[in-house]
Amino acid sequence: MLESKNLTRKFGSKTAVDGVTLSLKPGHIYAMLGPNGSGKTTWMKMAAGLMKPTSGEVTFQGEPVGIASREQVAYMSTEPYFYAWMSIRDAGKYYEDFFADFSMSRFKDLLTRMDLEEDLKIRTLSSGMVAKMKIALTLSRDAKVYMLDEPFNGIDLLARDEIRTTILEAAREDKLLLLSSHLVEEMEAIADQAVFIRNGKLIEVRDLEELRETDGVSMADRYRMIFGHGEVN
Amino acid sequence: MNYDPMVPIWLQVVNRIKESIVTGRLLPGAKLPGGRDLAVQFEINPNTAARVYQELEREGLCETRRGLGTFITPEQSRIDALRERMALDALNRFLSSLKALGMTREDAAAMLNMKEE
Repeated sequence: MLESKNLTRKFGSKTAVDGVTLSLKPGHIYAMLGPNGSGKTTWMKMAAGLMKPTSGEVTFQGEPVGIASREQVAYMSTEPYFYAWMSIRDAGKYYEDFFADFSMSRFKDLLTRMDLEEDLKIRTLSSGMVAKMKIALTLSRDAKVYMLDEPFNGIDLLARDEIRTTILEAAREDKLLLLSSHLVEEMEAIADQAVFIRNGKLIEVRDLEELRETDGVSMADRYRMIFGHGEVN
Repeated sequence: MNYDPMVPIWLQVVNRIKESIVTGRLLPGAKLPGGRDLAVQFEINPNTAARVYQELEREGLCETRRGLGTFITPEQSRIDALRERMALDALNRFLSSLKALGMTREDAAAMLNMKEE
């Protein structure tokens, strides 16, 4: 459904994504894992059609990503992308204007469950509240692909349960979810595939239940094996 | 929901459902949630949830009726047999723990009889 072939992106002399060939299929929740600066965000941005590759290509349902695919690929970036004067309600309207697949009733429902008041101004929100709002906005779209970059960052323990539930509710056989997070443990039970990336290169894609059954190790264990002991946080 | 991340999640959920069946929290013939609802309820991947039902069906503890959903077996004899298998597993774990401490079956039986309720 979402494929990259020999995908490479350079920033000056630094190669952020280095010849990644990866095929992601619908009906799965992928956890994309790697230390900071391993190229996860850069890969996602190119897959979302928001950044041009230096070489190689990304296709969505066989077509190069671009304006058309953006209607079916919902991407949540780690960067702030709202005006500070906006209220949460304004952000919802902004999304409603931008994306034909956005459901305002779904958004309101998620806000209630996440304990967010629509009237709050974005500049008054804590980082955790902004994170929750961004997830609510992204998952209120009825897209084919959801890419969430660091969905658990800045979110307290209790709200993480709500985020996990919301992510699972968005999962369907014909949809693809890709989550990147440093909080590997948060994704152990909800992801079924792990994509390990180091220094811009794809290391491996593993089925998590198979990893537990045949190797007797968790996703976090595998992470430590691949990346060593110093980089897990 | 807490899982041991080193053990297949489907197996852990299957065991929790089996416990619910033998303790009567889930009654014979009761309808189970659909696969996606099971995934949300147990906070697990939907493919893992599908595997849970496959396994319960394989063991004859559940049956899926087309268009209607998945149900706990209505046959009490299967549930009784499950309880016996689970009790035997628990007993074997108990005996092997004591064996690891150098104790015999007789020691184990004596301890069990002496142990106050």
